[in-house]
Amino acid sequence: MLEVTALNAWYGEAQALHEVNVRVGEGEVVTLVGRNGAGKTTLVRCLIGLHRQVSGAVCFLGRDVTRLPAHQRARAGMGWVQDDRGIYASLTVEENLLLPPSVSERAWTLKRVYEAFPELAGRRKAGGTTLSGGEQQMLAIARALRTGACLLLMDEPSEGLAPVVVARIREIIREVKATGVGVLLIEQNVTFAATVADRHYLLSQGRIVETLDTADLQRREGELLKHLGI
Amino acid sequence: MNALLQYAVQGLAAGSFYALAALGLAIIFGVLGVVNFAHGAFYMLGAVTAAVLLDTLNLTLWWSLLVVPVLMFAFGVVVERLFVQWLLRLDPLYNFLLTFGLTLVLVELVKQKYGVSGLPYTPPEALQGRVELAGVVLPRYQLFVFLFSVAICVLVWLVMTRTRVGMIVRASTEKPELARALGINVGRWVTPVFGFGVAIAGLAGVLSAPFRAITADMGNNFAIILFAVVVIGGLGSIVGAVVAGFLVGLVEAFGQAYAPTFAQVLIFVLMALVILVRPAGLFGRKEATA
Ligand SMILES: Nc1ncnc2c1ncn2[C@@H]1O[C@H](COP(=O)(O)OP(=O)(O)OP(=O)(O)O)[C@@H](O)[C@H]1O
Ligand SMILES: [Mg+2]
Repeated sequence: MLEVTALNAWYGEAQALHEVNVRVGEGEVVTLVGRNGAGKTTLVRCLIGLHRQVSGAVCFLGRDVTRLPAHQRARAGMGWVQDDRGIYASLTVEENLLLPPSVSERAWTLKRVYEAFPELAGRRKAGGTTLSGGEQQMLAIARALRTGACLLLMDEPSEGLAPVVVARIREIIREVKATGVGVLLIEQNVTFAATVADRHYLLSQGRIVETLDTADLQRREGELLKHLGI
Repeated sequence: MNALLQYAVQGLAAGSFYALAALGLAIIFGVLGVVNFAHGAFYMLGAVTAAVLLDTLNLTLWWSLLVVPVLMFAFGVVVERLFVQWLLRLDPLYNFLLTFGLTLVLVELVKQKYGVSGLPYTPPEALQGRVELAGVVLPRYQLFVFLFSVAICVLVWLVMTRTRVGMIVRASTEKPELARALGINVGRWVTPVFGFGVAIAGLAGVLSAPFRAITADMGNNFAIILFAVVVIGGLGSIVGAVVAGFLVGLVEAFGQAYAPTFAQVLIFVLMALVILVRPAGLFGRKEATA
């Protein structure tokens, strides 16, 4: 459903991505692994349409979206879970959920969201950023799911969260995968990546240097962790 | 006691103009990221339009309160399409140059057409004279201005907190990029939001018509104080704009009563104090200063 070909991205004169090729199929979970500053967030921002200084092509659901503005990509079915979670302080929890328009018949009802995320149900009238870090991450994921997005772009969703919360995120990813949603998951946590993903791209200094399957990843975990500087 | 209440009402009436104008300024800044230095000129245009409508078509204040905001909205839409939209991608310096330049042009045009002496304006009879409230005699018009402005502010607040439009305005004020990435066409709201801000500045102008000398220059001093209001309330904060507007009106009225030569200075002393204690303003968020 997502096909990125020869994507280059720049910040002014500095090139941040070099000839990146990435593919995510329906119901496929693909991780993007790379150390700090490798260009992971930049790639996701290019995909959602917020970073525009690019060349190359982004195809989504068989359509070239390279020139589409961000809001149209979201409406076409891309759901972004931002690295800082992107929860609105000036909106309540429920308003955070209702802000993005529904984009497909896959869209969740509020009732379903609250059943899946009971911690949000009790706080629906509270300000978005009054939630704990873990709850905010749940809210960010729930918000993307509520729209009925068919591709989730998740930027380090497990970062800084307690193991129980990470385990829940893993369950959620497995569930949405089963419904055919594609997930591009940015992860520093190789162990976590290995438990949810089908394929792994290793990004280094703006280049995809390797594509691994989960068996490779697990076999070379020690070496990769060293590369990631963890 | 009697005098105190009279100053208070006078201050709240004057504060109404600041509150309404600052409200428009805050919403424009929030959604467009543009500080509209022409806001004082739009306020002036509102008052001048009301005076012209009364003079030529005999449209009273009641009508002007309805008609002028609509005209000013249309004018704001034209200004946004012609000029302001180009600012959104440019360095903030251009923002100042354009909106300040626009002020000079509008002020000169009005001067050319209507001269420098004030245009007369009489409010409808129902709003003239004084009313006695609990033993205190108060000017009827000032009470009306205050109540009318509060009603408008409450209305805007309801729209902002209870409607989808309000939600989108809040979201694109707080994190515009994220709003776009979540599927909100922020660009579509830019023109109506600017038009609304201009309309409400015009409305403040209409309300001030019976209360102030209507001249081409009436917006200049107003704009300077408006700047203080926005800094005190916190740039981009809607509640802050309204509260600071009334607060500054009160400071001005009491200042004029007890220390006439320092009335304006007092406002800027208040501003300096607020900056010292809360650099982002009374209701500003910390990020807003960055
Ligand atoms: N706004 C910007 N302007 C200039 N350079 C930037 C900007 N944002 C990121 N960069 C540079 O682009 C490169 C990639 O950054 P990016 O944020 O995409 O990395 P990342 O892989 O997401 O890192 P992290 O693991 O820290 O989130 C870095 O060298 C960074 O310094
Ligand atoms: Mg990152």
